[in-house]
Amino acid sequence: MTTTSVPTAISTPPTQTPRPRQSVRARLSKPRVRGWLFLLPLIVVNAVVVIVPSLFAVYYSFTDWSGIGPATFTGLTNYRDLLSDDEFLNGLWHNIVWTLFFLVVPMAMGLFGAYALTRVKRFRLLFRVLFFIPYIVASVVNASIWESILNTQSGLGHVLGVNPLGNPDLALWSVMSVNNWAWWGFLVVVFLAAMQGVNPSLYEAAKLDGAGPVRQFFSVTLPGIRPTFAFLGLMTIIWSFLAFDYVYVMTQGGPAGSTDLLSTLLYRDAFTNLSAGYASAVGVVMALISTVVVIVYLVIRKVKDWEI
Amino acid sequence: MSTPTTASTAAPGRANHVSPRSRRTASGRAGIPTYVVLTCLAIFSVGPIVLFFFNAVKTQQDYGRSSLGLPSTWQWGNFSAAWTQANMTAGIVNSLIIVVGTAAVTCVVAGLAAYALARLQVRGGSAFMTLLLVTSSLPAQMFLVPLFYAWAKAGLYDTRLGLVIIYVGLFSPFATLLLRSFMLTLPREFEEAARIDGAGELSVLFRIVLPNSLPGLLTVALVTGLSAYNEFLFAVTFIQNPDFLPLSTTFFSFQQGFSQDYTLVSAAGFIMIAPMLILFLALQRRFIDGLSSSGLGGA
Repeated sequence: MTTTSVPTAISTPPTQTPRPRQSVRARLSKPRVRGWLFLLPLIVVNAVVVIVPSLFAVYYSFTDWSGIGPATFTGLTNYRDLLSDDEFLNGLWHNIVWTLFFLVVPMAMGLFGAYALTRVKRFRLLFRVLFFIPYIVASVVNASIWESILNTQSGLGHVLGVNPLGNPDLALWSVMSVNNWAWWGFLVVVFLAAMQGVNPSLYEAAKLDGAGPVRQFFSVTLPGIRPTFAFLGLMTIIWSFLAFDYVYVMTQGGPAGSTDLLSTLLYRDAFTNLSAGYASAVGVVMALISTVVVIVYLVIRKVKDWEI
Repeated sequence: MSTPTTASTAAPGRANHVSPRSRRTASGRAGIPTYVVLTCLAIFSVGPIVLFFFNAVKTQQDYGRSSLGLPSTWQWGNFSAAWTQANMTAGIVNSLIIVVGTAAVTCVVAGLAAYALARLQVRGGSAFMTLLLVTSSLPAQMFLVPLFYAWAKAGLYDTRLGLVIIYVGLFSPFATLLLRSFMLTLPREFEEAARIDGAGELSVLFRIVLPNSLPGLLTVALVTGLSAYNEFLFAVTFIQNPDFLPLSTTFFSFQQGFSQDYTLVSAAGFIMIAPMLILFLALQRRFIDGLSSSGLGGA
């Protein structure tokens, strides 16, 4: 490799791009190997915890594995069963509702909060901290905080005469709202960081053109933070399909499956119904959905880049 | 450039930070209405936690009357009752072991990897970082089941070590990307000098790069420590033995268990979140910057 490249480098010096260092030939192989040695612990632990089990999940999804004992290959049976499984379709639908809710409500609240913060002079840091606090509180505790607020004996449920977590028509909305409460402050902070990177002279120009705060938001702020906005939209979709904690703690998917998500369904199939093969198929479908979302995102980004 | 795809999209938002002075000129004079709205939002954020605290010091009759108001008598004894009934001592010890273990090992694993990606020209480094991003967006529920049975076979199920290994595997990709972007901001001169003096890569890393990266490492330790402390899905799946439960599942089983006394549940919950609230308020800037960089693509 090195021996063949050296003569050409000598014979045609002008076409060769200048090498970053003089001792490249001596070092070429060694530091690169050494670099991978530094990466080895990360690769090993990531492979053991994430990659290898994920590959096994793909394999098990084609079997009737119960979780204990041997697995028999059953081809696409699990996937075919999924399509006619009402519980699966119910969970998938709830995940779609969940995604739409989180694309709209917390994003709007986060944008609004961040934009309001860019327009005030005092207490900006204080508000930022206060909005962020629910995000650092453990999901189990957040769920409990709201169970206690919403309860039907002495809480909001009693005051309003409804059962926010027990009524199948309301339960999903209640759980989503609680999760949103813990989540939107995070978006404020991220959007605020992005908005502070927008060039101030654009605002000055907009003001000279007579644009008010609302107009400035839509014609300066929003275009200015578009990369962050798009990225958080992507992550919202991915994370919405992984939502688990709040449903598991507050309603366990009930009442009557009205809050069941793919994740809670998978958990029940794997650990209560002892159908690990079927649960793996649900997991693979979830992974496929996020993969498709990522690919669509990358394609859109590429198309947009061409436009610019 | 070796920036991973998703991270590069977010870079512009962070790259050109504006000085506070010029930021101020950008913002128009916002009046009192803006402050009123912001205060309402702040009450919405913090109010439920304050109510939770009130509920933690109420008597049961008090709570039965309303879970939305001030306590009529302050029953501080709820905290000690909750502490013993919920077995919080074991929970705190276990959480401490898991959190410190996870944070320390993640710092080592991510520190080594970030150094390689930031300083040693690793062939395929950028592809590797894209792979890291892809694996960290895989649904945990997918690999949860095979991992569970693998851990049972390996004797790691129901051990704190087993949970620490899982957390390191889950959190180190993001920690690596965060540390790498921190290391890229460090000057190279000292390292070059040390190399000329004949120092090997390991001693360059441990004598020069890591000491200079301490702020970045602290951020990584805080973010991974907080994630490990709050994590629920893997904790509830991988630890059953009551002696090994971390706080999150200690609290969960107390809440799900026989106790219908919500004042004690609230007290136990407040005990769990208090250390993190204090730590967060003390180091809020570092926490917020570290955690929000995950929303900016981890770079």
